[in-house]
Amino acid sequence: MSGKFILKGREYEKAQTLAAAVFLLPTVIVLFFLFVLPVVQVVYISFTNWSLITNVKDFVGIKNFEYLFSDKKFGTAIVNTFTYSVFKLSCDIVLSLFVAVLLDSVIPFKRILRTIYFAPVVVPIVASSLIWIWFYDPGIGPFNQILAALGISKLQWLYHESTSLLSIGLFSVWKGLGYNIVLFLAGLQSIPLSYEEAARIDGAKSSQVFFKVKLPLLSPILSFVVMIGIINSFKVFTEINVMTPNGGPLNSTMLLVVYIYEQAFKNGRMGRGSAAALILFVIIFLLTIVQKQISRKTVHYD
Amino acid sequence: MKNIFKRYNMVAFIFLAAGSVIMLFPFIWMVLSAFKTSADVYTYPPRWIPSTFNFRNFNEVFAKIPFWRFYLNSIFISVTQTVIQIVLSVTAAYALSKLIFPGREKVFVFIQSSMFIPAVVTMIPLFLLVSSLKLVDTYAGIIFPQIFSAFTTILIYSFFVGIPNDLLDAARIDGCGYYSMLWKVMIPNSVTAISTATLFAFLTHWRSYTWPLIVTNRTELRTLPIGLKYLVQETSSEYQLMMAASLMAIIPVLLVYIFTEKQFVRSLTLTGLKS
Repeated sequence: MSGKFILKGREYEKAQTLAAAVFLLPTVIVLFFLFVLPVVQVVYISFTNWSLITNVKDFVGIKNFEYLFSDKKFGTAIVNTFTYSVFKLSCDIVLSLFVAVLLDSVIPFKRILRTIYFAPVVVPIVASSLIWIWFYDPGIGPFNQILAALGISKLQWLYHESTSLLSIGLFSVWKGLGYNIVLFLAGLQSIPLSYEEAARIDGAKSSQVFFKVKLPLLSPILSFVVMIGIINSFKVFTEINVMTPNGGPLNSTMLLVVYIYEQAFKNGRMGRGSAAALILFVIIFLLTIVQKQISRKTVHYD
Repeated sequence: MKNIFKRYNMVAFIFLAAGSVIMLFPFIWMVLSAFKTSADVYTYPPRWIPSTFNFRNFNEVFAKIPFWRFYLNSIFISVTQTVIQIVLSVTAAYALSKLIFPGREKVFVFIQSSMFIPAVVTMIPLFLLVSSLKLVDTYAGIIFPQIFSAFTTILIYSFFVGIPNDLLDAARIDGCGYYSMLWKVMIPNSVTAISTATLFAFLTHWRSYTWPLIVTNRTELRTLPIGLKYLVQETSSEYQLMMAASLMAIIPVLLVYIFTEKQFVRSLTLTGLKS
């Protein structure tokens, strides 16, 4: 009987191979144009002075990279990106883990609460950014009103270099919290109840159950959340472009993607933009490797 | 009353309820403010509840920007991208999960590896490609670079793998070919999975911002997110208009989400935990 879906012997069946080719070819072609070709090109472009304004594209060696490393704005962008990333990631993980643990306990309206916490994730970022622009308005925004009611002096939020990145960060935490909550919650719910009961019988307190039993079992998800969190926080653009156009006061919200966008699409400097994009890619790549190494030592897969 | 306190962890509930008010607050503020007059917005201290509920802001948004045009653009672009993306993902996932051919693992790794390339890396070459094809400021230019997602493919793949091979063998005995197998066995057996992936893809495209921003200059081609962004500049912080526009952009998404939350969350955890 030919054409079984389980391979017998070492013979590939011609008809099946042909069918697979027909089904995969469109995807492979699309992937070639959307990923393979652009990745090769971005490396090439980063070694040229390709400019849309002056219409040149000559090979210039590592000049773009030299420019970037001497550009103060690029340095600011790197520092800001790391600052933002650390702030966002630490707030995000602590808060989402906390909420997930609470959601995992026996409570009424569980579904509704989960729906609420996840809602900001699905809403278009631009739309929710508009709401927060108003929140942050120094004159008539509700945030300053609340601060005034508490007797704390008002802040300039998005409009001062000392608070603009923090303001973006707070928005991002609000927006992204639900994603991690859902992941952590799924992880917590997959832990058999018997583990907790066993620990309780041995006299463990709630905090011990969490830190000694649940957290180690959550470590694969924690590691995934950290990795995705790093990658996503290095890619942040939309809320910054909407809330603080042009990199914010004194370039305080100048992050890497904003820098790349500015070089390539505002100044038309495709070479510099590509070089910066490559550096961003290398940073993300290195961080992922470091994170993988750390999690290999600490993650328990059970 | 005593029973409730015994049965439930009320401390956890109170914390969560308080937190959910914070999470919801921006949306509540938006809904209330969409009906405010500019006098309500600019009085000090500002009003939290509008003095009268009026729909003038919505009309003013329509007068200021071609809102319906943006809406239709967003629908057309997102639907097209979603359809192409799902067709590519379903066909590829079928071949990878159920067909046996040389190099299967290599193709899988190839598709998977595209997940690790951030969009910002391919953005510049793609823009140059699109502009060399004279597709800047066209629907094709907006649609083309966002028609494939490795995430969607792997999501559908993981469902397809679970469909028993016996089912396929039985269909083959009944005279089903490798092509009709997809229609007659794979798709009917994974309707929920595919519809979840479709929903997921649609919402992603609906939110899409950076690429349409780069590749459009003409107002008529703006999608909803881009239109909203320019509304900030064009209304010079008339917040009540911004809220009315945001509300109109958010409501369909929120409705879809509320009714499909369960599948949505399930597919998210599935892709998240599998990879």
